[in-house]
Amino acid sequence: MKVIIVIIYSFLSFSGLAVAAGGYSLNKANIDATDAESLQRGAKIFADRCLSCHAATFMRYNRLADIGLSQGQIKQYFIADNSVKVGDTMKSAIDASTAKQMFGVIPPDLSVVSRSRGADWLYTYFISFYKDDATATGWNNSIFPNVAMPNVFPQEQGVLRAVYASEDKTSFNLEVETPGTLSPREFDDSMLDLTNFLVFMGEPAAEKRKQIGSLVIIFLIIFAFMAWAVKREFWKDVH
Amino acid sequence: MQLGVNLMLRPVMTWIDERFPMSKMVREHLTEYYAPKNFNFWYFFGGLAIVVLAIQILSGIFLTMHYKPDADKAFASVEYIMRDVPLGWLIRYVHSTGASMFFVVIYLHMFRALLYGSYRKPRELLWIFGMVIYLCLMAEAFFGYLLPWGQMSYWGAQVIVNLFGAVPFIGPDLAVWIRGDYVVSDATLNRFFALHVIAVPIALLGLVVAHILSLHEVGSNNPDGIDIKKNKDAVTGKPLDGIPFHPYYTVKDIFGLVIFMIIFASIVFFAPEMGGYFLEHNNFIPADPLKTPAHIAPVWYFTPFYSILRAVPPMFGSQFPGVLAMGGAVVILFLLPWLDRSPVRSIRYKGPLSKISLTVFVVSFLLLGYLGLKPTNIWGQIGGADVATVVAQLCTILYFLFFISLPIVSKLDRTKVEPDRVTP
Repeated sequence: MKVIIVIIYSFLSFSGLAVAAGGYSLNKANIDATDAESLQRGAKIFADRCLSCHAATFMRYNRLADIGLSQGQIKQYFIADNSVKVGDTMKSAIDASTAKQMFGVIPPDLSVVSRSRGADWLYTYFISFYKDDATATGWNNSIFPNVAMPNVFPQEQGVLRAVYASEDKTSFNLEVETPGTLSPREFDDSMLDLTNFLVFMGEPAAEKRKQIGSLVIIFLIIFAFMAWAVKREFWKDVH
Repeated sequence: MQLGVNLMLRPVMTWIDERFPMSKMVREHLTEYYAPKNFNFWYFFGGLAIVVLAIQILSGIFLTMHYKPDADKAFASVEYIMRDVPLGWLIRYVHSTGASMFFVVIYLHMFRALLYGSYRKPRELLWIFGMVIYLCLMAEAFFGYLLPWGQMSYWGAQVIVNLFGAVPFIGPDLAVWIRGDYVVSDATLNRFFALHVIAVPIALLGLVVAHILSLHEVGSNNPDGIDIKKNKDAVTGKPLDGIPFHPYYTVKDIFGLVIFMIIFASIVFFAPEMGGYFLEHNNFIPADPLKTPAHIAPVWYFTPFYSILRAVPPMFGSQFPGVLAMGGAVVILFLLPWLDRSPVRSIRYKGPLSKISLTVFVVSFLLLGYLGLKPTNIWGQIGGADVATVVAQLCTILYFLFFISLPIVSKLDRTKVEPDRVTP
């Protein structure tokens, strides 16, 4: 079932991204917060690629245990620098002043970015980079025009270009110029994994919250029946 | 067993009663406080408001144990609570949900008073205490909203404090005095923290005690709006339509409380952001004094008044008329007991004019609340003006018209005859 949905969305991601001036539509990020493998793949992409420039200063490495990784695995696959402890928070590989020189802005901290942007925005953003010679990085993004960030995945995704639908360049579609090492479906899947991980990182306790919540609600419903019975018993003598 | 406990407790109670009026207070406020037997759905919310106040104070105490009122650390300390403090996320969500639910409960509680004329003589002072509680609650919510130090916290506070800056002559000095700085800054955060965790809560607690004492002095109103003290048992002198608050209303309110808790817990555990209405998305971006968000909206419970503020155009180059209208919209509620001249209290015995008037008022209030959440261009334009602004202006007029016309409407309206005894 999930595969079918992903295929539909990977199709949409190339045909459905019509962009009009001043507005855009978001692709639905079909992610599953209970899919540990997807989260782990997303975490790996995040640590390898995003942490080069961004930080996640509220996220500790050992919190990856929540998505099924052991301390050993976290050390082995996620921490290259020996001075970094497993209980440390995720720092950026480059410091803020270097980043400011490179991009003109300090790349935002990504700890809670999923809570301000939302999963759909992040997913659409990842797949919406296109080649644009007019910008400093040579890249642009159809839902975040003139973003300072370059495309991080041109090898995997391939290079997209904007094909204008009208003369005045008010709307355009994205088309593949050079194919990448991943098929469109594989690339979409990897970006969904990354989105899934960012959503997890935004609120690591979310799944536990829902688990406890179910028990609390069950308890309260039983309590409600009992409270109702007591109330009815007492009120029998009120006319 | 029951008897055994009583026998054991009796000497203890006697010992206390000789030194403190314990049994007397329990009698006066619980076991011999006679409440009308016909309370309906609308009478749950006063008790619920007290419970929410307790929830807020308790969860708030635990939040202060890890929260840091420091512009450099506040945002991070909230995330620390959400991630590293055991069950910190639960306490934080309980507190943030409680803030919104407090207003839900208070608005329904106030609407009850409007429905059944609970503010009418002899309950004017009870209503005034309630209104002051509402004012304190707004202050409490406003101060508290700055503390997470997100973009909406920061710019929301900036906008509201600037309103005071629109007061003629003293405005700019007043705004600086409130902020403690020329912009919202660390000094502002610290004083708002002080006001939020100690000053306003103390005032709230005192006012709630005054509210309840004055309620118990005059007795509760009821959906029929008639006085149950008029019909007393000839022998015992107890109201015929009254029942002791304890146990009847304690057991009933416990049931209501559990239902409320199911709703409350559903939000805390399954939708703590409530789609961005209880916790705004932009508030997960740390405060940035150099970056003004494109759309600043207050949290939902302030939006009816925010709409009124936006609906009034600037006059003589000053925002002050809008500020005045917004303040007036709250203050005018204080006058209700003297504006309503109807011979009956309850909507049940009022005529069609009053019913239409109240309905129009409620619809205007809700519409203002909705529009306050949205940018003014959501409904497009008509004749060069934003449709949403025109609707908000109309609703503002209707809002005030409810109060202004109330003396006439309530006097002219064809009322029905109140029954002698409460209806079941």
